[in-house]
Amino acid sequence: MKLTVNGKPYDVDVPGDMPLLWVLRDVLGLSGTKYGCGMAQCGACTVLVGNEAQRACLTTVGSVGAEPVTTIEGLSVDGTHPVQRAWVEEDVVQCGYCQSGQIMSAVALLRTTPRPSDAQIDEALSGNICRCGTYQRVRAAVHRAAKLAEATR
Amino acid sequence: MSAHLDHGRRRFLQTSAGAASGLVLGFYLPPGLRTVVLAAEQAPAAAATALPDANAFLHVGTDDTVTIRLAHSEMGQGIWTTLAMLVAEELECDWSRVRVEHAPAAPVYAHLLFGVQGTGGSTTTWSEFDRYRQVGAIARDMLVRAAAERWKVPISNCRAENGAVVSGGSRLSYGALAEAAQKLAPPAEVALKPASAWKIIGKPTKRLDSPEKVTGKAEFGLDVRFPGLMTAVIERPPVFGAKVRGFSAEKARAVPGVKAVVQVPSGVAVVAEHFWAAQQGREALQVEWDEGPGAALDSATLHAEYAALARTPGAKAAAAGDTAAALAGAARTIEAEFDGPFLAHAAMEPLNCTVRLSPGKCEIWTGTQFQGIDQPAAAKIAGVKPEQVEIHTTFLGGGFGRRAAPASDFVTDAVHVAKAAGMPVKVVWTREDDTRGGYFRPMFRHRARVGLGPDGLPVAWHHVIVCQSIMAGTPFAAMMQNGIDPSSVEGVADSPYVKGTPNHLVELHTPTSPVPVLWWRSVGHTHTAFAAETLIDDLARAAGKGPLEYRRALLKDHPRHLGVLNLAAEQAGWGTALPAGRFRGLAVHESFGSWVAQVAEVSVTGTRVRVHRVVCAVDCGICVNPEGVRAQMESAIVYGLSAALHGAITLKNGRVEQSNFHDYEVLRLDEMPTVEVHIVPSREKPGGAGEPGTPPIAPAVANAIFAATGKRLRSLPFRLG
Repeated sequence: MKLTVNGKPYDVDVPGDMPLLWVLRDVLGLSGTKYGCGMAQCGACTVLVGNEAQRACLTTVGSVGAEPVTTIEGLSVDGTHPVQRAWVEEDVVQCGYCQSGQIMSAVALLRTTPRPSDAQIDEALSGNICRCGTYQRVRAAVHRAAKLAEATR
Repeated sequence: MSAHLDHGRRRFLQTSAGAASGLVLGFYLPPGLRTVVLAAEQAPAAAATALPDANAFLHVGTDDTVTIRLAHSEMGQGIWTTLAMLVAEELECDWSRVRVEHAPAAPVYAHLLFGVQGTGGSTTTWSEFDRYRQVGAIARDMLVRAAAERWKVPISNCRAENGAVVSGGSRLSYGALAEAAQKLAPPAEVALKPASAWKIIGKPTKRLDSPEKVTGKAEFGLDVRFPGLMTAVIERPPVFGAKVRGFSAEKARAVPGVKAVVQVPSGVAVVAEHFWAAQQGREALQVEWDEGPGAALDSATLHAEYAALARTPGAKAAAAGDTAAALAGAARTIEAEFDGPFLAHAAMEPLNCTVRLSPGKCEIWTGTQFQGIDQPAAAKIAGVKPEQVEIHTTFLGGGFGRRAAPASDFVTDAVHVAKAAGMPVKVVWTREDDTRGGYFRPMFRHRARVGLGPDGLPVAWHHVIVCQSIMAGTPFAAMMQNGIDPSSVEGVADSPYVKGTPNHLVELHTPTSPVPVLWWRSVGHTHTAFAAETLIDDLARAAGKGPLEYRRALLKDHPRHLGVLNLAAEQAGWGTALPAGRFRGLAVHESFGSWVAQVAEVSVTGTRVRVHRVVCAVDCGICVNPEGVRAQMESAIVYGLSAALHGAITLKNGRVEQSNFHDYEVLRLDEMPTVEVHIVPSREKPGGAGEPGTPPIAPAVANAIFAATGKRLRSLPFRLG
């Protein structure tokens, strides 16, 4: 089965009903995408399929087709994506486990909504659970990322 | 597949073994320290009087990097940065060259209070406040002496600054001096800087672990990979204490990728090439269980049993005067009962542990809070000596107490699986396994009767607590006295309100059950602060006083309580008008050596509670990293709010009724209040930061709900209507 992840083509020998999450983590070794719940309740596994945020735990690899997949590893090689920079500047992370998913949801939001309101951020990221309670900083970092992205455009 | 054997630590140990590497002040552990790992039963070590072995904690590289080894686990609480700040304060190094890593499991890293290596009780920063500064000071002393010798100038002519030693116009970087410094004897004593000279301690400092955590590079236990590593999931008992009667593995073995099905004490493990195959294999597995007495467990029954127990005398946890007589003679008596359910920790990273066994060796990769307890437990099963168990601590995807298991449950079952399967395995708990696996915050019930005198102040306080013991049956039982588990009564037995009441009696019932219980962020304070701080509001009302002025009166001899209370009230605008429909509630509580007051602003629509704003004041003594303390207050408030608004683990026919985040709900972004944190400036000794922010939030919100609705909620989680 052919798959494009972070701009790189792969040919994987797995069943089509295998969740994308486990293909990424256990077959391709891209462990930045996390397992949290396995039922699209927590958002830790959020990746982009095309431009859309999707929960990789319930996305079967067979359903991805030719759509390019972007994971946290594909945002930048060195953490210089505006969302990553904003996350560092706002000192968002704590344990860090949910943050790949938070960041990918934020990236997807900013692609369609470059200057989101608090309400739009809440709507787009309420599917991403953080048990460390970094929510307030997540909100601030999305706003900061919007500004950073604007400045670099 | 990339090999993950090249952990930096291992690489360094190998290179440093060869003296020609040029790396100095390395991680060499003197052979004498590689002795038997401390057993938890041993008396906790007294605070170290001798200087620490700096080599175990610090490595100055010839490339000018400074690598600091953490004796504790980073689980989000920020010690990756805080302990590095302590070293850097004395070392005068270049902060941009600081690197951090987890220490291996070894006696030299034993917790200075617990006597075994571990992380918990909000103790890391204050227990390491001297040791990590001493490590920095020792290294600086050696580097300065090395420079003085090199230049043949008096030591007093040399000073350390920003990663170099300078003297007149001469300057040598630490990297250039590291080799020579290593050959010098460590100092017999070091003088630590006075607080007035601090440049780093007290300065808001951004986290050192952000770069790897925003790029997906940070390695958690679940991310460990190496050639030949299998993934296993375990079909676990449907009820606590159930035993496998028999199982049929034929269909499971037929699942492509499944390599083995083995029985272990915690159930039946399916070992496969990857998680997906293991999980499918588990679904195909048929296991018959002897359910045992655990099948009769039911939350409603327990609830009734606890309520009945709360009306009978228990073991005495604190007492003064004649409480019965004083209650009988009180001008007014207020009675209240409180209860709350079991709670799962629900860290974002489900439990997991990777084990590779080889002759005379057991390697473990996991995010654990208890290396010093896991190591001997794993050794026993693997049939090796404790020092032959190598623990590679990864980042923890949240701990909250669950990864500090005195029973080492998630480590030992992985060792059992690796042993039975005869291959290296990563045992992964699914979210469902994690939610249902026990080691919950104990269910509780309190019954309090308080008598007020004519002045409205308490003259008698009788408080009965019903709570399973966390410590009984574990090495921590040594901390119990007269059958009292201090973690069941902390926050009431030592409450200034209770202690300040001339006649008081605190009693404890410690029922047992097959449900394993454990510390859950702020432990006993999760329920004692809720009971005490909501009760105080009721007493204030009965006395015709406002919540703030009543607390001020009761806490008049407790300046640090008063300090945070007044700061929070002032910053929240206590007593000023709020937008229509919003109401305030207040709570103050001391725990883990820190004092926290919170004012919650709440609105109630129908049965829906919305928390809009929380103003938090904290006095944690010397605050090493104000940015970190702010983050921990925000974090602790969210954790406490999740439990207050949503959290409940319930049992029916012995089965945990919840399984995942759809039925064990936690706070999400759209429920997040604005949190403002104010830190009391202090030169008192540092206190804890990870937990003390949790206890006040539930009572502050309950008090605000009362202000909004006139309904006094005494059951957690809150349910209106």
